Amino acid sequence: MRRFVQHTGVVVPLDRANVDTDMIIPKQFLKSISRSGFGPNLFDEYRYLDEGVAGKDCSQRPLNRGFVLNHSRYSGCSILLARENFGCGSSREHAPWALDDFGIKVVIAPSFAEIFYNNCLKNGLLPIVLKDAQVEKLFLQVNEEEGYRLDIDLQSQQVITPGGERLEFEIDSFRKHCLLQGLDDIAQTLQYTEEIRAFEVSRMEKVPWLFNKKR
Amino acid sequence: MAAETLYDKLWDSHLICQREDGSALLYIDLQLLHEVTSPQAFEGLRLAGRSPWRPEGNLATPDHNVPTTAKERMSGVEGVADPVSKIQIQTLDDNCSQFAIPEFTMSDPRQGIVHVVGPEQGATLPGMTVVCGDSHTSTHGAFGTLAHGIGTSEVEHVLATQCLITGKMKNMLIQIDGKLRPGVTAKDVILEIIGRIGTAGGTGYAIEFGGEVIRNLSMEGRMTVCNMSIEAGALAGMVAVDQTTIDYVRGRPFAPGEAYWGQAVESWKQFVSDDAAVFDQLIAVDGSRIKPQVTWGTSPEMVQPVDGRVPDPEDEVDATRRKSIEHALNYMGLSANQRLTDIQLDQVFIGSCTNGRIEDLRQAASLVKGKKVSSLVKQALVVPGSGPVKAQAEREGLHRIFREAGFQWREPGCSMCLAMNADKLGPGEHCASTSNRNFEGRQGFHGRTHLVSPLMAAAAAIEGHFIDVSTV
Ligand code: SF4
Repeated sequence: MRRFVQHTGVVVPLDRANVDTDMIIPKQFLKSISRSGFGPNLFDEYRYLDEGVAGKDCSQRPLNRGFVLNHSRYSGCSILLARENFGCGSSREHAPWALDDFGIKVVIAPSFAEIFYNNCLKNGLLPIVLKDAQVEKLFLQVNEEEGYRLDIDLQSQQVITPGGERLEFEIDSFRKHCLLQGLDDIAQTLQYTEEIRAFEVSRMEKVPWLFNKKR
Repeated sequence: MAAETLYDKLWDSHLICQREDGSALLYIDLQLLHEVTSPQAFEGLRLAGRSPWRPEGNLATPDHNVPTTAKERMSGVEGVADPVSKIQIQTLDDNCSQFAIPEFTMSDPRQGIVHVVGPEQGATLPGMTVVCGDSHTSTHGAFGTLAHGIGTSEVEHVLATQCLITGKMKNMLIQIDGKLRPGVTAKDVILEIIGRIGTAGGTGYAIEFGGEVIRNLSMEGRMTVCNMSIEAGALAGMVAVDQTTIDYVRGRPFAPGEAYWGQAVESWKQFVSDDAAVFDQLIAVDGSRIKPQVTWGTSPEMVQPVDGRVPDPEDEVDATRRKSIEHALNYMGLSANQRLTDIQLDQVFIGSCTNGRIEDLRQAASLVKGKKVSSLVKQALVVPGSGPVKAQAEREGLHRIFREAGFQWREPGCSMCLAMNADKLGPGEHCASTSNRNFEGRQGFHGRTHLVSPLMAAAAAIEGHFIDVSTV
């Protein structure tokens, strides 16, 4: 996995609650069997005026000028600011893949849906939970100041505003460690091969019908 | 020993180790796989030169992309018209044969939506842990099973290690007592709950559903309730094991046979919460007050009883929520205070992992029998959740009832629940749907979904609009 230590970037505000994964990447693009290439279709139904078709060249499509990702003041953005329950709905990992492919490396919101939150962490993206009031304040600041940027420091678990304010956030110590080091989950778990085998043997004794083909 | 909840027991019995960094390794008994969220996981395995830890700890079936017309299904994968879907389905077949993973291919009579197939085959059993790269894996919790959705990286992890790195959730009990009114179904119960606690109300919790209403529900009904726990934000929903569970499981192809049956039943009976178990949160619902539900908006929490009205954003004090309501009304083409029964419907969809089981089809058919689909409705689909559901329905003659009324009777799959295949809504069309998500564009570009029970969907097809099915 790609490491995440520190990040500085332009913030784009998406002022909506309950942004679901169908919205982040609509289903017609999930037919791909690859992990990359989803960026042009991120928020497809909002970014474009026509219907998105998998495989179609997006550069020729009519843009929805009203949608925030199409505003020139946010071009090159890499930090997405959103409202509560971001990433709810389906488990599709295509959602963080699409955000990442587009260039978003950090998502800040008052709360996230769990599967989405997890999926981000597995892909080197950092989801940050801040308090409602803090998020509200960031929205005001982003709207006021063109080119508004934030510094994110994972080691100290801080979001640093241009004014020098430091907003602390929580992250599970295991996940933080994995992100900082860019560790592969599977390789780490396989260090527990003996424990898993031993557990499996005891499970076979307790619930033999799950393991015995001639039930 | 301290009193434990059902979830605590499932967790404890699968905990391999609690690691120093605070994460836990949980053993996974069964992983279900489908074509959409698995290709990148298999590719990851291949790139790392790994192989599945226990191939038979997995069960695969294509469901999301499969066409549902008999004509397109006739010649198997080769016959799939959409070339991209075809590749995805073929990729699942190839991966399963390369890694020796049991699969019900598209032409197998047992194929269907993963969450219908697992329980129906007895692959999902009480006391298990079940995961799948699909958020509606919560369905399997109906068996006193810890089941939840995971992402594709985790699918790869489970394939390679047969375990999941995870953390323990909090316990929530939703107790639904009383007796349901006629015409009120499991779907209305869960919609009412989501309306009450919101789509993030269950975030961080494993929800146990209990009480008289749940005890009286069939396994199909319990699956409907657990299926939509994710729409309340909870990864997992579950119901304690009782005689209904055990009776359902008996004799299913993957269920324990006579040699193990007694031992299995003994073991399963422990999967109930102890009387003195403490929950972090308790919610009590009076089942007798629940009315048939209809969603009006673009989130499952935007729901009202059928005799209600579309809300007025002016009445909402919270600015973010007011904006959500305004946005939803605009998308749905509805006006504030409009009666739900006045919404004109264009399509009807009966199916999905929420309501594509035999009992759902029986309920819908009971209302449709001898009637005709309204001329205002352009298309009404019935899509059985699996091959066996379809076969059973045909043995009972349900397909004839639907067809005679003007419904189309299709082959099993996810179909218009998420419209990855050819079954979809046109822009602006309103659909009465028995599925689980009314998100924007979910059932088709600019399509408008109203989530309802199979009974309500059937009634809506006949009338062309919603009616209070508790009074017919
Ligand atoms: S029926 Fe719908 S919700 Fe269920 S697995 Fe298929 S797409 Fe997902």
